[in-house]
Amino acid sequence: MSKSYTFYPGCSSQDKASGSNQQISVAATCDALDITLNDIPDWNCCGASIGYAGGGELPRIALSARNIALAEQSNPGQDIVASCPACWLATREAKERLAHSDTLRTDAQAALAEGGLEYKGEANVRHLTEVLIEDIGYEGMASKVVKPLEGIKVASYVGCQANRPYGITGESFENPLYLDKMSEAMGAEAMSDYQKKSQCCGGALNFSEPEKSQALVKDILEAAYDSGAEMLVTPCAMCQMNTEAFQDDINKTYGTNFNMPVVYYSQMMAVAYGKSAKEAGLDQQIIRASKLEEIAAK
Amino acid sequence: MSEQYTNNFLKEVEQNVEEGDWVKMCMQCGVCAGSCPLGPHWAHPPQEIFMMIRANKREEVLTSDSMWMCTSCYNCIARCPRELPITHIMHGLARYAKVQGLAPQNQPTAKFGQLFWDNLMKKGRVNELKLGVALYFMNGFVEGIKTALAKSGLGMAMVKTKRMDPMEILGGHGIKDPGSLQKIIKKAQELEAARTQSN
Repeated sequence: MSKSYTFYPGCSSQDKASGSNQQISVAATCDALDITLNDIPDWNCCGASIGYAGGGELPRIALSARNIALAEQSNPGQDIVASCPACWLATREAKERLAHSDTLRTDAQAALAEGGLEYKGEANVRHLTEVLIEDIGYEGMASKVVKPLEGIKVASYVGCQANRPYGITGESFENPLYLDKMSEAMGAEAMSDYQKKSQCCGGALNFSEPEKSQALVKDILEAAYDSGAEMLVTPCAMCQMNTEAFQDDINKTYGTNFNMPVVYYSQMMAVAYGKSAKEAGLDQQIIRASKLEEIAAK
Repeated sequence: MSEQYTNNFLKEVEQNVEEGDWVKMCMQCGVCAGSCPLGPHWAHPPQEIFMMIRANKREEVLTSDSMWMCTSCYNCIARCPRELPITHIMHGLARYAKVQGLAPQNQPTAKFGQLFWDNLMKKGRVNELKLGVALYFMNGFVEGIKTALAKSGLGMAMVKTKRMDPMEILGGHGIKDPGSLQKIIKKAQELEAARTQSN
């Protein structure tokens, strides 16, 4: 039976945006798993983590409160699901703050009234990996595999916001195993001694202070090579961009020869589920994931 | 407004800074300092900032660029034995310093963060192309041209893989009625300012 959720795609997932390959592969994966995602109508940006410089606490919460109000209005009773860790985090955090402070809630309600909206805050706010793990399960995910990803060695780069402060229930902050398990459910080999699984990539500081951020990314990639991986897999659009698109810069700075594909878990799953390279968004990799493309072409 | 807090910066922080009422709970263990990915770069780790607040070092705290180095990785929150929301306090302190006019001039993340906010407020969603252009030109025109040239390879790669759209310069993605969102945010800003001023 089809499972339905209200979906918060987020800015980077839009057509011709930096994470559009995540969105394409999420759609393909959900299609294979019979998951229906109903977009929040007219959703807005969550403010991300860097929004604090320009927006105070209440304005940032109001951004998320608008999304939650729109979601509850259009699809009452459905969980709100985000594919972007930052969108998920901002939305879930806003919901928590509003539940814990009457002042904030009263103020947010007054702000939303300016747009004719009302905040209820009853819907669960979940990440797509939570839905896959908790509602479908690793066995359920594995059962739909038609092209096992045999012989592909992956390092699971979980990053920060898909892991802290909420993460996946039952996982540890220091060594989360869910991406490894998901990769293995697809038939790939997860490098269990990958050392930089939950190391920060610098996030938005990659744009404002690139040297500081790229020093972190260098360690993330180096550890991936050291673990024997040939590919990095991540749930996060920020992580994906920072670890893939700046390898040239890092090679110039550090004299390294990094050339490692970085894919979303959903791209890996889409290929394992028999989708084409294009349906998995693989034509949008700056560093082509040729092994995955070969399997997709089989 | 700060006169009433003379010799009590802790009270000022508790009443005006996001999650500031947690500051006094810090027990100075330093786990946050050891967990921060920007450890090699800041002058003051979180636990030091917290002690400086209690020691009434208002100017030194608010003019510091340490808080602006927060990457929002949440490592400090995940590991703090006293469960202080350290990431949020850092954001709150940085924001408060900016509102008080004390944030360091030309701090790159402070500037980029403001560009990001202004960008998203225009149409309700981030216009990545315009944000990238604004970032390149953040430190002036000549610097901007240099950066744009140095980064042209990356830009071309993003366009070629359809992860950036040159046409976004003409408008790009947005919500249906940005005016309605702007009204909501304006109201939120007014309510927040009124609350801070009454403290």
